Amino acid sequence: MTERGVPERAMGWFDERTGAARVVRTAFRKVFPDHWSFLLGEIALFCFVILLATGTFMTFFYVPSGAPVTYDGPYPPLQGAEVSAAFDSVMHLSFEVQAGLLMRQIHHWTALTFVAVVVLHLMRVFFTGAFRRPRELNWIVGFGLLVLALAEGFTGYSLPDDLLSGTGARILYSVLLSVPFIGPWLASLLFGGEFPTDAIIPRLFVLHVLFLPGLVIGAITVHLVLLVLHKHTQHRGPLAREDNVVGRYFWPGQVFLSSGLFFLTAAVLAVIGGLFQINPIWLYGPFEASVVASPAQPDWYVGWLDGALRIFPPFEPVILGITIPSVFVPGIVLPGILFTIVALWPFAEARLSKDRAEHHLLDDPWDHPVRLATGLAILTVFGVLTLAGGNDVLAFYFGTDVHTLTVVFRWLSLILPVVVWLVAWRFALARRGAGEGTAPGPDDPETEGRRPGSAVRRNAAGGFEEVES
Amino acid sequence: MSERAAERFVGLLFALSFLAGISLLFVYILGGQTQVEGVLLMICLGGIGLGIVIWAHRLMPTKIHIEPRGSVATTPEEMRRFEDALTEEAGFSRRKLLIGGLLGAFAGLGAALAIPVFSLGPAPGRSLFVTSWREGSALAPPDGLPEAVADLPIGGVFTVFPDGDTSDPNSATLLIRVEPELLELDPAAAEWAPDGYIAYSKICTHAGCPVGLYRASQHTLICPCHQSEFDVLHGAQPISGPAARALPQLPIARRADGTFVALGDFPEPVGPAFWNMTR
Repeated sequence: MTERGVPERAMGWFDERTGAARVVRTAFRKVFPDHWSFLLGEIALFCFVILLATGTFMTFFYVPSGAPVTYDGPYPPLQGAEVSAAFDSVMHLSFEVQAGLLMRQIHHWTALTFVAVVVLHLMRVFFTGAFRRPRELNWIVGFGLLVLALAEGFTGYSLPDDLLSGTGARILYSVLLSVPFIGPWLASLLFGGEFPTDAIIPRLFVLHVLFLPGLVIGAITVHLVLLVLHKHTQHRGPLAREDNVVGRYFWPGQVFLSSGLFFLTAAVLAVIGGLFQINPIWLYGPFEASVVASPAQPDWYVGWLDGALRIFPPFEPVILGITIPSVFVPGIVLPGILFTIVALWPFAEARLSKDRAEHHLLDDPWDHPVRLATGLAILTVFGVLTLAGGNDVLAFYFGTDVHTLTVVFRWLSLILPVVVWLVAWRFALARRGAGEGTAPGPDDPETEGRRPGSAVRRNAAGGFEEVES
Repeated sequence: MSERAAERFVGLLFALSFLAGISLLFVYILGGQTQVEGVLLMICLGGIGLGIVIWAHRLMPTKIHIEPRGSVATTPEEMRRFEDALTEEAGFSRRKLLIGGLLGAFAGLGAALAIPVFSLGPAPGRSLFVTSWREGSALAPPDGLPEAVADLPIGGVFTVFPDGDTSDPNSATLLIRVEPELLELDPAAAEWAPDGYIAYSKICTHAGCPVGLYRASQHTLICPCHQSEFDVLHGAQPISGPAARALPQLPIARRADGTFVALGDFPEPVGPAFWNMTR
């Protein structure tokens, strides 16, 4: 036995060739503030890792081709049916490859969770004001990741080439067609001709498994590099100040907690993927351009777009021989406006509040009435539109007719966001007014956070006293 | 939980993970079962995850560290040195003309790179204005014979293609039979509805879904994607939902044997709108 064990010698060998120990030691000493909401971004990252793993497995079986084949697998109702090679390969993966269905269902559930957690993470960053200087750039990168996640979801949804997914592609084609004047060109370039074409499946496949994941990996890298450069934001607390970071070291505390969280995330998604059926394409059947299923429901994160298409009034004016397509406003203008507001909010807020200082301490969501109200109002728009995307299903359950619900949703989508904005704004103002003098002013650097060593507690008589800790 | 108890519990969780992993392998060898595999995978992953988290929470020192945070921006002094480094060797900023020329060259390259992009799809041309219906095309179900739709009951509906050829899905057309006396069409359009048989494009004028539902009692066609409703008796005008344009009507005539032929293509583009759709 030598006095240095094998791991030490291996590390020594490696370090003599890279000098890695210095860098890794610095990384080990990065401080992570402790708050549950900071884990949302991590869970999103873990979801992406699970998507890569399950997705890679599926690419070994998936055939990206719309070429017609006759189904002769073990699922009796479809035997002898003419289906696309893509549909056939997903049927093969689901019924004949062992654990194939498990991997497919975990992938789909993880995709739904991924977008959800990305949205929650965005809400956390928004409502606590974590996007303020110097993090505006990282907000934009994160926004880009949201758009990429939506694009990944949509392209993936279309790949099994079942009856529902083809309908989604068809609606995308129609929305592209409505882009002013270059619409027919755009739609033709993306789809390789007039819908439906043989090029759709292979193109969406390459976008889904190569192009978009490449962009996501690049954007995640930039997102994390900026995070390290800026260091973490932190909530107000006894020790937290604008010029420090309070928390646990990356190694071993955060590494253990985060890897534990990774395995727990994977565990939950594994059991959901194992027990809960999702996207049973054998029940929908293969895509046929002239057939459609009812009710047709997209994945949840596309619901708001579908809802906008459903409730927008029939409006298709012809002005000077130019037709403005009915899907143009709900399909292009509305999402464009909403996403532009979200993307540029940090700059809008800095201009509105005339606050261009660096901020590393997070706000209580109530501290900033306009931000709180705007965020909730935007969420309300998305919420109402998502519900409207299920108007046929809702009409069925409530026993009303779709037309009535559509009218209700039209009004709700206009009124409710305004109401929510006003109520949230009033409440936040009232709360801030009531707390004046006791809470530290959020924008006053002198009273930023509580000073270390001072705390207030309530005594037996009901009064307040300062204690030294 | 004492430290010893925590240690034992974590050990137990890891053991459980190990057992679940081995069991998963056996389930697989025995033929596999999706639900069991999902549960075992959860136990395997969850045991590791929970074990590690409890380890970190209970068995590691939970020291709080404070790291100072400097300014993100480069100091003015360093910034000046950066600018020197940027410009000192090449005399970069002096060659205004060359910089402009280089940018121009790149613009040319950008134009050249548009070539592969335009190869991605054919020019739309007039493809959006036409379908494969021609004068004399017989109305027939997919890969079927014209006789199959020669004698529909009132309230009946059939999806038909030109001579039954489905290769152009945008030609999908609905042939519907209604009571002739109920039809209220423009005089020109009325001639295209022999004996109460009337043919409309099946492609929704809103977002292009197939208008798949026919409610015979109300004489309305419904698109299941966004719930647009079209009035069959009045030229398939939209009466509810987001669609704003009528489904185009296919001019048809009845032959002596009771089958139907098209008198030509649809008079206007079928499907969703685009800005230059008005000819």
